[in-house]
Formats: sequence, structure tokens, C-alpha cells
Amino acid sequence: MRYITPRKAATGMGSARSGTQHHWAMTVSACALVLLTPAFLLVVGSAIGLPREGVIAYFGRPYPGIVTALFVIVGMVHFMKGTRIMIDDYIYNTERKVAIIASVIFGWAVISAAVFALAKMAFITIAI
Amino acid sequence: MADVNRGNRPLSPHLQVYKLPIAAVTSILTRITGHALVAGVLLLVWWLVAAVSGPEAFACADWVVRSWIGFIVLTGAAWALWYHTLAGIRHLFYDAGIGLEIDEARKSSWAIIIGSVVLTLISLILFFIG
Repeated sequence: MRYITPRKAATGMGSARSGTQHHWAMTVSACALVLLTPAFLLVVGSAIGLPREGVIAYFGRPYPGIVTALFVIVGMVHFMKGTRIMIDDYIYNTERKVAIIASVIFGWAVISAAVFALAKMAFITIAI
Repeated sequence: MADVNRGNRPLSPHLQVYKLPIAAVTSILTRITGHALVAGVLLLVWWLVAAVSGPEAFACADWVVRSWIGFIVLTGAAWALWYHTLAGIRHLFYDAGIGLEIDEARKSSWAIIIGSVVLTLISLILFFIG
């Protein structure tokens, strides 16, 4: 016997039983990116044109490093969830699964590359 | 049945021959700019990784970033980023049930188009004088 009411079982759930989490995650990351976008553009605009040592020292500082890391991480998670919607709209069957897997692998590869570079810059700057 | 008029009936609109309303154009551009933005992110992440890889790797990536190719890609990415940001803010309002009337959607569409171009120009000016 189920003690849960039919209404309780249905609230917030779609046919996939995962409800509105995807939409909510997009809303949260979108709000974060509205704040991060101007900060990131100013940071990157200041860095382009610097020599290599200048770029490393610049992103080794807390504010540019943290803003850039946050923008790439939140941006690529938002990107992966966004591509998922496009894939669900336009691609079917096995191709859909392959595309979703490729999108997630690509997204985390970009995040790892950026975080590695920024972490190394921070450590180099500490060594200096 | 025999005298059915087959040649003069209104046809249902088809995407390839249908003039999209401005709200539909700005809607699909949201998706296109969001996905195209990955080109700008890839270029910048390559540039960051090259900076910690070595002087030759950085010289190569920095040359591309500061060349006319890099200028076109990054200016395009800046516009796509501003466009996607403004269109995303409109989506947050849509989710709250605001601005869903046709006339309001038409106005917000033009606000997004003009706003994204203005913000891109401001970004370029700040970049070159800053």
C-alpha cells in the first residue's frame, strides 16, 4: 500500500520522473552568468596584449583567476545543459546518446584545461 | 468531390518559405549564439593553456588571438555573449510571466538586438582605450 497521495507523487515530476531540475539548473546558472559576464569581459580585456609573464602573473592574482575559473566552469555546465536541449530537439536514437556523451566529455575537458592552466598560473605566481 | 478547388487554397506556412516574425528570429538566435560561443571559449582556453605550456606555445596562441582572425572570433564572441545574456534575461522574465504579449515580445526583440550591438561597441571601446 502506498501512503503517498497521487498529487504528491506527481508534483514537480514530468514523464521522465526528473521534473524541473534541468530548467531550474539553467535558471540558476543563467543568473550567475549575468553577474559573471561583465566581470569576465573586463578581466579578459585587460589580459589580452600582455606578454607571457604578464598573463601568468595577472591570472595568478585572486580576482582574475577566480572570475575566469567561475565563468568557464559555470559557462560550460550551462553549455552542456543547453546542448542537451538542442540534441533532444534535433537528434534521435543512438546518435542522440553519442551526441550527449560527446557534449559532456567535451564540456568537462574544456573545464579541466582552463582550471589546470589557472591553477598552474596561481602556483607559478606563488613561487615568484 | 470532383470540383474541389485544389489550386487556390491558403497554404499552411512552411519554415523555408515563411517570413519569421522578429520574436522568432531573436528566439532561434539565442540558441545559435549560445552554441557558437564555444568557439570564443575554446580560443581563450587554448591561449591560457599555451601560456603555462611554454614560450613557443604561447607565441603561437597569442599570435592567433591578436591577429585579425582572433579579432573577428573574439568580437563575434563578445557580441554573441552580450546577445545571449540579454536574451537569457528576457527568458527569466518570460519564466515569471512577464513580456509574453506579441507586442511586448516584438519590443524586447529589438531591445536585445540593439542592446547587444551597443554593449559590444562599448566593450570594444573599453578594450582599445583601456
